[in-house]
Amino acid sequence: MNILELKNISMIYGSVRALDDVSLSVGQGEWLAIMGPSGSGKTTMMNIIGCMDRPTAGSVLLEGEELSGLSPSSLTAIRREKVGLIFQQFHLISYLTALENVMVAQYYHSMIDEREALGALERVGLKERAKHLPRQLSGGEQQRVCIARALINYPRLILADEPTGNLDEANEGIVMEIFRRLHGEGSTIIVVTHDPEVAEEAQRIVFLEHGRIANVVRRDA
Amino acid sequence: MICRMLMGALLRQRGRVLTITLTMALGASLATAMLNVMMDIGDKVNQELKAYGANLSVVPKSVSLISDLYGASDDGAQENAAPEKYLAEDEIAKLKTIFWAFNIVDFTPYLQISAKVSGPSGTVEAQVWGAWFDKHLDTPTGESVDTGMVRMKSWWDIEGAWPARDDPSGAMIGASLASKLGVKQGDRISVAAGHLGEAVVSGVFHSGGSEDDDLFVPLPLAQEISGLRGLVSKIDVSALTTPENDLARRAAQDPNSLSRHEWDTWYCTAYISSIAYQIEEVISNARAKPVLQVAESEGAILQKTQLLMLLLTVLSLACSALAISNLVTASVMERSAEIGLLEAVGASASEVSFLVLAETMIATLAGGVAGYLAGRGFAQIIGHTVFGSAIAAKGLVPPLVALLVFAVTVAGSLPAIRLLASLRPAEVLHGR
Ligand SMILES: Nc1ncnc2c1ncn2[C@@H]1O[C@H](COP(=O)(O)OP(=O)(O)O)[C@@H](O)[C@H]1O
Ligand SMILES: [Mg+2]
Repeated sequence: MNILELKNISMIYGSVRALDDVSLSVGQGEWLAIMGPSGSGKTTMMNIIGCMDRPTAGSVLLEGEELSGLSPSSLTAIRREKVGLIFQQFHLISYLTALENVMVAQYYHSMIDEREALGALERVGLKERAKHLPRQLSGGEQQRVCIARALINYPRLILADEPTGNLDEANEGIVMEIFRRLHGEGSTIIVVTHDPEVAEEAQRIVFLEHGRIANVVRRDA
Repeated sequence: MICRMLMGALLRQRGRVLTITLTMALGASLATAMLNVMMDIGDKVNQELKAYGANLSVVPKSVSLISDLYGASDDGAQENAAPEKYLAEDEIAKLKTIFWAFNIVDFTPYLQISAKVSGPSGTVEAQVWGAWFDKHLDTPTGESVDTGMVRMKSWWDIEGAWPARDDPSGAMIGASLASKLGVKQGDRISVAAGHLGEAVVSGVFHSGGSEDDDLFVPLPLAQEISGLRGLVSKIDVSALTTPENDLARRAAQDPNSLSRHEWDTWYCTAYISSIAYQIEEVISNARAKPVLQVAESEGAILQKTQLLMLLLTVLSLACSALAISNLVTASVMERSAEIGLLEAVGASASEVSFLVLAETMIATLAGGVAGYLAGRGFAQIIGHTVFGSAIAAKGLVPPLVALLVFAVTVAGSLPAIRLLASLRPAEVLHGR
């Protein structure tokens, strides 16, 4: 079964058609990349998949569950259970340590477990920096904390919107290594990127243009 | 986790938190000072005004009638020594048994006689008053009271001193009488009215009134000289009163015109007329006459001052609420991405609102406590500079201030929470 089905999704902001009749299926365990020029609707699409927004028209099925009719609080509940989000601007809470930032996601999901949170930081190679505040971490380290936070509740679907957009090459390499490992463990990953090198790693690349799917490239290894 | 998040928010953003704390402390200190002074000021102003004399005068009914009818002052009473022209001295303590006993602050009986007073430079006919100077009294209710002229004539300008308590012959002489007789502190004078008595001048006073021609001697001495044992001509009473209103004025005219319910209300309120009524109930043959003008202006001054203070309290708290609302709103705006993030990882808008409110509440509570303590200090400063005395800490103030701090916090956080509810994580997280 597909983990995600988008059927004829449209998203209209006033006169702007951010998404225009998009249909897409993503399989369980698949690694998908989305590319496209700025303003082509990539973020809009991620917001809809990540239960942060509802489309103007069309239906979204996440693990077979129809999302488009749900209330904001039900969407929040599904996002909490099934989706791990990674952002270009990291979005760590400035007054909490790396460890606490990870634990916040545990808290709103179920129960906090400091050992498990430390384990997640260890997986992204930041065990030693657990007690540091975001401003004491480099950009790459901050992004790895975000990944640890996105992973902590074992989401079925990991959504990353330009995760390496603010990173240098070395850190980009580290983050991609983590994605590779996650994919190897069976996670479903959707990455929005401008960077062809990042997109190359995915099994399938979807090109958006003016809110429509312009091209799909399958790169089966 | 909530605790860790709050701790993190409070400890690692000290600047922001301190500003809110300080703002609240400022408002709370003003509110505390004003409320404390406002609640204490009733007593303070009354005590201030009490210094300018009695507000009730208790006289025998018959004397009251004569002076009411002819507008004449009662003098030369001892010539016609009918007991109904006097009050019994042993009934005075009953003043402390009426319903409003605690509002009766001070009282002094006077026995008025006309006598020949002799000193080194001659003899004059003068008004002599037997009075309590500094009297200790055990009331029928088992209380002990210290009262007398020392307390009721505290504004007198005195050369020398008030007679010591229980001094049988110490006297206070008015300045103009003293100069006629050529006496000063320590001199002996003789007083004759039926019987002959001797007194020693303890102090010479300037009252600025007609009393400067009079002589005040201990009550037992005056009673002995005049042969009016156990009797007094009037009792001056100083009572704390509630400002008069329409009900009180109607009651003063005729208590029987009130309905049962009105009567109860009136009787159980410290109007000067109800205190007067109650005094007449316990002292036989007496008429208690309010000195209404004084009582009324007391009430008016008090109400206006209290209104002013209330206004200041409300204003200062409104300012605090405004300032806090600005600070919290700015903080929410500045942290909109963090708030969006919390919602993105599964917090509901109400959970985030709770967090912001709790954070603000802790900061304002700290400010409230600090402000309360500072306000107590302000109240003392106001008390000493304005009223020349300490302001009592009123027990009602801490819970009231706590309630106000709470209300200000909630009111101040409301705009921020409304803003927060309208934040869309999908937008703030992508920097729109
Ligand atoms: N909340 C919004 N309100 C109005 N217009 C929006 C909003 N979000 C996105 N858009 C518009 O939709 C289009 C697609 O935006 P976006 O999905 O962010 O593009 P991308 O992520 O591919 O750069 C853009 O033209 C953008 O201006
Ligand atoms: Mg984008």
